[in-house]
Order: sequence, then structure tokens, then C-alpha cells
Amino acid sequence: MSDTLAGNKTTTAGTTDGLAVLEQTRSAAETYGIPLAVLLEITHRCPLQCPYCSNPVELDRGSTELTTEEWKKVLSELAELGVLQVHFSGGEPTARKDIVELVQHATDVGLYSNLITSAVLLTKDKLSALADAGLSHVQISFQGNEPMVADRVAGLKDAHRKKLEVARWTRELDMPLTVNAVMHRQNLHQLSDIIQMAVDLDADRLEVANVQYYGWALKNRAALMPTIEQIEETSRIVEEAQVRLKGTLAIDYVVPDYYALRPKKCMGGWGRQFFNISPAGKVLPCHAAESITGLEFESVRSNHSIAWIWQNSEAFNRYRGTGWMPEPCKSCEFREDDFGGCRCQAFALTGDAGNTDPACALSPRHEEIFKQAEQESAGTQNRFLYRNFAGGTLETEAPQEKINGA
Amino acid sequence: MASRNISVSETSRPKLPRHTKLKFDETRQVWVILAPERVLAPDEIAVEVLQLCDGVRSVAEMVDQLAEKYAAPRDAIATDVIAMLQDLADKGFLTEARESTA
Repeated sequence: MSDTLAGNKTTTAGTTDGLAVLEQTRSAAETYGIPLAVLLEITHRCPLQCPYCSNPVELDRGSTELTTEEWKKVLSELAELGVLQVHFSGGEPTARKDIVELVQHATDVGLYSNLITSAVLLTKDKLSALADAGLSHVQISFQGNEPMVADRVAGLKDAHRKKLEVARWTRELDMPLTVNAVMHRQNLHQLSDIIQMAVDLDADRLEVANVQYYGWALKNRAALMPTIEQIEETSRIVEEAQVRLKGTLAIDYVVPDYYALRPKKCMGGWGRQFFNISPAGKVLPCHAAESITGLEFESVRSNHSIAWIWQNSEAFNRYRGTGWMPEPCKSCEFREDDFGGCRCQAFALTGDAGNTDPACALSPRHEEIFKQAEQESAGTQNRFLYRNFAGGTLETEAPQEKINGA
Repeated sequence: MASRNISVSETSRPKLPRHTKLKFDETRQVWVILAPERVLAPDEIAVEVLQLCDGVRSVAEMVDQLAEKYAAPRDAIATDVIAMLQDLADKGFLTEARESTA
């Protein structure tokens, strides 16, 4: 049994990448593998202010969000296209008053629902209503293993206690629980305790996700970048725990690509097996894609279907496959392994999304950027720029002696 | 709560938990298992075994049924079925029916 369908199985032969035209007699899924799962960022509103938030720096205001009826139409359209799962995410998805209604609609049209939440707005009644509406899985983000670090990173008092409470309710309601722990220099010393916390919460899965540096995280890179020693220690801890906890807790591990020699296969390749929909209804090849200026993204509010946008829109086709690649990607033997890495990172660090991702050792910018990251990781700049609609707010004081206390 | 660390044996009576869904994907014309943030592609035999996992049948009964249907050695089938179910259980996609206390 293969672990996932997300590989090549559901896409047509790679040779037609980006050139596939929707034939009238066929569904989009047959001509260009429609993704199995779609990320729905139903709002950018969030009570947390994490300095590494994956939302774009320019957030969608509440007034621009799709309405309940518009989201329901999106859900129905996705199910018809052959999408099997949706991830209700944000922002904080439960900040929308219609979250239960949206989950119920997803269930009604046959979609499997995951909730990706900060948990702090959930009551037991609301969580129970979500379970009754067919919610199949809850993923809760944690910023540390105790309130001092966790609440500071989240920029919200009492957040950690609330998260623990909601995690317990999730298991009481017999829903599978994933603990998502975003790791960086100022909380990596808690990793072993976070793993134990996930076990104690009876979680099914733990995601140990090192921060990826674009958008808000790039603005905070100097305060977040781990040292190479921390990363080596992290890998050792994760590998030991994966063996020890087999059958109890599955641990997924995302390494920071700044310390890699090869770039990540970002999104499985641009426009190959992933898209997400922004609060305002933009269909995006990646949740950070709006950071790339000069690309026009189409909306579900346009007169185009989601299938058409996926197949034919300029933004999806621009970096699909390998035809767009410059050297060193163009002649690289790994070009279909990583598809040149991350477009958003290439844009953020080189000013051109069409360049090789500098995370790759073959990028002419790799050495310079790695050195810069290494210097930042050794620095003492620990103050956060908190994420908010005002373009960010700098932390009032840097609690240097309290952090890095490991 | 669903029990963890299940050890699958011939006396187990496994079933898919509520959050694990076996379904035929009309678009791709394949059977899929939907689980948290995962889509698995079971092969034909796995689909047949999973359809028997109703929390009532024991693994022994499933093996008997399959051995008869395929006129195959019971031992070989038992080994394969238990290994497959154990793999799914380890991933959290299979649970065991609780003993009835009634």
C-alpha cells in the first residue's frame, strides 16, 4: 500500500505539465490531477500574534472575506472536482461564526474535514458541535510546553492553558489530535518536553515544524533562526523519539531549509498537487504566493471555475513543471525531484521568483545567505515583531535572560 | 477513546474508527482511505479485508473466509492479513471493538 496518493499517481504524465488543456469530455482531475486536499484559509483574523505566521504580511480584512454562501459553493465545487479532504485553517478558522455550518456542508458534500486551529476561541460546546457536524480531525498549534515561553511567542496571555484544555476535549470527543509545534531558536530547548506533552495529551501525531522563513518569519529571522548545533540536537531528539514512540505517537519532522544542501520540494512542485484559497477567495499555488508581486491570482468570485483556474490561469502555469527554469536548475539532474525549491523564498531572498531557491547549494546566492543566517542565529536580537493587521508591532522588551535558558 | 498500541491477532475484532473512512473515489476510480491529513491507496486485497472489518468479525473468521474464497493456504493468508492490519493499527487507522459487558 502506498502511503499517499499525492505523488504522481493522480497527475497525468509530467511531460504535459502546464500545457494540459481541459478537454470538454473530461474532468479536470483526469487531465491535470486535481489535488486530493485543499487548504481553506477562511479568515486571517486571529487572536494570536505569532511572529512566524504563515499568512501574508498584507492580511485580508474581515470585510473582504467570502460569505457563508460563497464558501459553501466553493466546498460543493471542490467535492465535484474530486477533492477528498479540506483543511479549515486561517488565521483562526473558529473566528468565523459560521464554522460549524461550513464543516456540516463539507460533510454533506462528502468532504473529509480537518481543523487547523490555535484553539483559544473554542468552547467545549463548540467543539462538540463541530464533531457532530462531521469534523474528523483537530490540529492544534503549540508555541512551547509551558506558558512563559508559549504565551510570549503567541503574544496572548493564558493561550497555552486554553490550548491544553481544548486538546483534552478533542480526545474526550474521540477525535484524532495532531499537535503542531513550530520550532525556532527561542523554543527549541523545550522540544523533549513538547514531545512528552503530546504523549500526555494522547495525541496521535506531532508535527515538529521548523519555521520556514518568508513573510512574517523573514521579518523575524534574526530572532528566530536556530543555530546549526540546535538543529543537530533537534534531529537527534526527533529520531530517538520516533523509534521510542512507534505505535503511540507519529512524529513528522520538517527541517529548516537554510541548513540543507538541497531545497525542499515546496508544495510538491508549483501547481502540481496543491492549492489553497485565501479569505477573500483567491486561488493560490501556495499560502505565501501572494508575497510574489507581479503575479495575478484569480478569485473564486471571478467568472472562472476553480477547475479552470487550476488548469489554465497564468499564475499556476508560470512556474509549473520545468520549462520556466533557468540554470542551474535547467540542466540539474534533480530538477524533477525538487522543482527548483520554493518560489516564494526565491522571490523574498533574490527578488525574482524565477531564480533557483537559495536554499539549494547550487544557487549562486546560497553561501552568502547561509552565512547571514548563521550570524543571525548567534546574535542576541530576541525581540519579536508580532503579527497583526497594522503591519506588525515590536515587542516592548526583549526578555533575553528568561529565554534561551536551556 | 480509541485504544492505541493494538496488537492484532486472530481473536481481534478490528474496525475502522469514525475518523478513518474507506471510500470509492469516483473521480479517480480507485478505493481510498481518508485519515487525518492523509489519503491512502489500499490495494484490492486490502480493500476486501477492510470491508470485512466491522468490529463484529474476528480476524480468524476473515482469514477463513478469504482462504475459502481464494482456495489459498490459510497460514499464508493469516500472516498477510495480520501484517496489513497491524500496519494500519500502528498508524492509528484501525481500532478494536470493545468487549461487550452487557
